[in-house]
Amino acid sequence: MTAPGAASDAPSREPARELTPEAVWDVLRTVNDPEIPMVSVVDLGIIQAVVIDAVDGAAGGGCAVRIDMTPTFTGCPALDMMRTEIAAAVASLGAASVEVRVVLDPPWSSDRIAPAAREAMRAIGLAPPPPATRFTADPTLSLTLAAPDEPPTACPFCGSMDTVTDNPFGSTLCRSVHYCNGCRQPFEAFKAL
Amino acid sequence: MTTTTPFDLASAPADARAALDAYVLALADDALLQGHRDSEWTGLGPILEEDIAFSSMAQDEIGHALVWYTLRAEHLGAPTPDEQAFRRDAAGWRNARLVELPRGDYATSLIRRTLFDIAKAIQYDALRHSAWPPLAVAAGKLRQEKKYHLLHNQAYVRRLGTAGADSHDRLQSALDALFPAALGLFEPTAGEAALTALGVVTPSAALSAVWLGAVRALLAQSGLSAPIATVAAVGGEGDGAGAGAGAGDVLRTTVAPDVGGRRGEHTDDLGAMLDAMQSLHRSDPEATW
Repeated sequence: MTAPGAASDAPSREPARELTPEAVWDVLRTVNDPEIPMVSVVDLGIIQAVVIDAVDGAAGGGCAVRIDMTPTFTGCPALDMMRTEIAAAVASLGAASVEVRVVLDPPWSSDRIAPAAREAMRAIGLAPPPPATRFTADPTLSLTLAAPDEPPTACPFCGSMDTVTDNPFGSTLCRSVHYCNGCRQPFEAFKAL
Repeated sequence: MTTTTPFDLASAPADARAALDAYVLALADDALLQGHRDSEWTGLGPILEEDIAFSSMAQDEIGHALVWYTLRAEHLGAPTPDEQAFRRDAAGWRNARLVELPRGDYATSLIRRTLFDIAKAIQYDALRHSAWPPLAVAAGKLRQEKKYHLLHNQAYVRRLGTAGADSHDRLQSALDALFPAALGLFEPTAGEAALTALGVVTPSAALSAVWLGAVRALLAQSGLSAPIATVAAVGGEGDGAGAGAGAGDVLRTTVAPDVGGRRGEHTDDLGAMLDAMQSLHRSDPEATW
């Protein structure tokens, strides 16, 4: 969100220089998830790889950059927007070309969300996800459990673990709706996946 | 899965390749049409929570369809996902008939969702072990996302099935009406046996057996019933309680499955649905928003 429109004029503005992976990771930290604007795509854990290759004969030399990103939920409507903004942000560094690939391997997990991002979520009343549980080896068993064997979500307001899930679906695909019996407040949580 | 040798698409015989394409197309078509039917509740849900839940599950399902259509485009020579979804006539669709049936009332939608999600969770769970790595990777990702569907559907089926006569009877009626078409989810796609032999997919009959057990267990907790019978193995006396039948017992359905979808034989409902779903793209393929 912080580098709108940067792609179009970037190549002519920035003369050739070597791009380092650190510089690319740094600029990716300025691209945020539009549905959780206080969390960067890096802290969300959706950037799988940054690959930089020198390009021979590009105007003034230059680098071809490939970013591998992975969706949180595959149906996430913000995916294309993040992809575009990632490309624009990297282009603003003067990359000769930027390719953003969407990959599924390994699949994203909410366990990848960085500690700082979890704090930022809590600060706006969005509970960070509890540790994700994996489906069990026995599908019949995992399908018939009365409740998921997942720890309860801590209330972002008072920290109580005495909470219930009101609805596994919320205002966005990645959020669920809960109620805290401790402070008697409803709250949203980022889903464990 | 009978083998752990990785399946190499490049050196695979043409018939295995065609069978794989048919299989992935059925996965994609099931997901997209189920998602489209769910989306018909957006703005109309009986309560706000269910409006949001069905709209969210629609989003998930359309995302899953995109994963499968993309797999076909990248590996199997299919055109773009949009072309596959919006430029294909009814005869080219390989979805089970279950997902093309009209939305119906809320009970119908909830029961369809429930039967569908249990089937897909079982199928994706099995496909995680596919000998073709791209299929295994995608199935693993989508299986994780099914968690919230299962949680939602089963909570509502249990609540409404045991709440009172009216809600119970509506769910039971929907179940009676939809059960044969739900069995059609396990109609094999063309050439499935070739893929089974290569360890690329699990036989549909094996998935169906797991599904019958899971469905029966949920229904038992919900005061509902479906035509599922335990056929006792030699020396065994299955009583049908809970998820597990006795060792060696086999679950069978006593009704005929409503099949044909995997061969492109559909109800008129699919044509009407495609008219609505495809009209914008067909009138202006360049449209963006």
